[in-house]
Amino acid sequence: MEMKNILKASKLSIGYAHKKGNYSIANDISFELTKGKMVCLLGKNGIGKSTLLRTLSKMQPPLNGSVFVDETNLNSISETLLAQKMSVVLTERIPESQLTVFELVALGRQPYTNWLGKLNDQDYKKIQYALEQVGISDIQSKKNYELSDGQLQKVMIARALAQDTSLIILDEPTAHLDIHHKIEVFNILKALVKNTKKTVILSTHEVNLALKMADELWLMTENDFKSGTQEELIALKELDKLFPQDLILFNPKSKQFEINN
Amino acid sequence: MKKIKSSYTKSTVGMLILLVLVWFLNINLGSIHIPFKQFVAILLNSPVENESWRYIVLHFRIPKSISAILVGSGLGISGLLMQTLFRNPLAGPFVLGISSGASLGVATLLLGASAIGGVFSSIAVSNWSISIASSLGSFMVLSAVLIAVKRIRNTMSILIIGLMFGSISAAIINVLSYFSSAEELQQFIFWSFGSLGNLSWEELGVFASILFISFLFLILVIKPLNSLLLGENYARSLGINLKQTRYIVLIVTSLITGVITAFSGPIAFIGLAVPHLTKLIFTTSNHRILLPAVAILGAILMLICDSIAQVPTSEYTLPINAVTSLFGAPIVIWLLVRKHKTVL
Repeated sequence: MEMKNILKASKLSIGYAHKKGNYSIANDISFELTKGKMVCLLGKNGIGKSTLLRTLSKMQPPLNGSVFVDETNLNSISETLLAQKMSVVLTERIPESQLTVFELVALGRQPYTNWLGKLNDQDYKKIQYALEQVGISDIQSKKNYELSDGQLQKVMIARALAQDTSLIILDEPTAHLDIHHKIEVFNILKALVKNTKKTVILSTHEVNLALKMADELWLMTENDFKSGTQEELIALKELDKLFPQDLILFNPKSKQFEINN
Repeated sequence: MKKIKSSYTKSTVGMLILLVLVWFLNINLGSIHIPFKQFVAILLNSPVENESWRYIVLHFRIPKSISAILVGSGLGISGLLMQTLFRNPLAGPFVLGISSGASLGVATLLLGASAIGGVFSSIAVSNWSISIASSLGSFMVLSAVLIAVKRIRNTMSILIIGLMFGSISAAIINVLSYFSSAEELQQFIFWSFGSLGNLSWEELGVFASILFISFLFLILVIKPLNSLLLGENYARSLGINLKQTRYIVLIVTSLITGVITAFSGPIAFIGLAVPHLTKLIFTTSNHRILLPAVAILGAILMLICDSIAQVPTSEYTLPINAVTSLFGAPIVIWLLVRKHKTVL
């Protein structure tokens, strides 16, 4: 029996449309993704990771090709329905406000609440579940401006979790965090995938952590996009191409990147 | 959560009681002293010593107090809308250039006679013609802003475009003023002082119904406004129709500020300050609580400012526009310094 694809891209070109011709960042991206996977998107700065994630989450249109969520073309999914299928954690800081942690996570329930945004018992359950999964129940009445970067990132993950979507897309969720919080974020996401069968896609620069934790890797290089499990990509020697080899090398024995002395 | 909710209810009830008290005080105070017993008798429709007192209360003070309530709540709400939409604590109801547009309309009517001549000199200046000129002016600026909005995606650019339209209107007013007579200028300046007391019951009826209809539309955007607290990208990812929200907010704000300026002149400060005061008192960003709270607090503040402007028992009346800033600004500064950690 064939597994249903939760996310699929075919011959996707990403970039920015201009009147004087398109500025394309990456071309010919194709992949298929099934439920319950943790995917790490790797690539050097400026290679187009954020652009790819923005295209997958319908924040910007593809230049060419199509994205399918739950086997439906992204273009024909309404915003409201998409909000029940896909949640995001972005790199941008949220504007200053008086929102408490609870209220912020509760906003994740908006795709399900009535026109006034009133929470019902089911919503409260989902919010509590999200707070517990991410381990922030104890700070739920704090104001968002009182939080550290690490706490805030966990709150944003809880908000995405409360949105109860089968797909969660995170753009560099471990940036600005210390090594302890980086590992904690990875652990939280890994546990989410295991406990809830959600599919989590995150872009990250923590290549070694990603190699240890991810079920699948997406590699973006200048002219190529490759997806596969760690073993597949090692066999194809794809990981060697991820960075220029003068400073850092992939060691297939330890399955980690190492500094090139 | 239950606990927090009940404290909001308590504060709201407290503010409503305060509103009634301030309203009562506002009607009681004025240039002519009316003994308290007689005042109560007028309100209860019982016989009074001096029938002119009844006239003053029913045809002057009560309409004035109602227009203060309408102006205060309307400006407070549109200030809050602008601050959330632009995610900028400095935004107020007039950032879209709407009051400048209204001023331009009125300036054209009052000053245009000598500067342009022709048709303008034949239009009789009355409450209604000023209201219509002011509405036309704000509608013109609103349309210009909306046309511009259609072509741009960035919300911050709308803010700048609004400011630019404001500058253009101000410049045209300067040119008009330069060519006008002293008498016309005086008339225009008096309009720009703002005034709550000129409205008849019929005018109040029109005023109140337009505001009420605008408020009804706001119920539709409470939820999108809350999601906008996370920024536009997150709001969109929550399934919010950003374009529609933006249009509703812009049109409602323009309607509210346009109609207020038309009937009461350009009243400064309240729209900027009341949302901040409300957030300081209620320490929440939830628009379901903030919108009614802002309306009540705006009305309270406007009534207090109007009472001060009357300089009770004296024959002087200060320009309301000066009073709102003179007495309001220090309060906001004091609150901010005292609660310096609070985020607006």
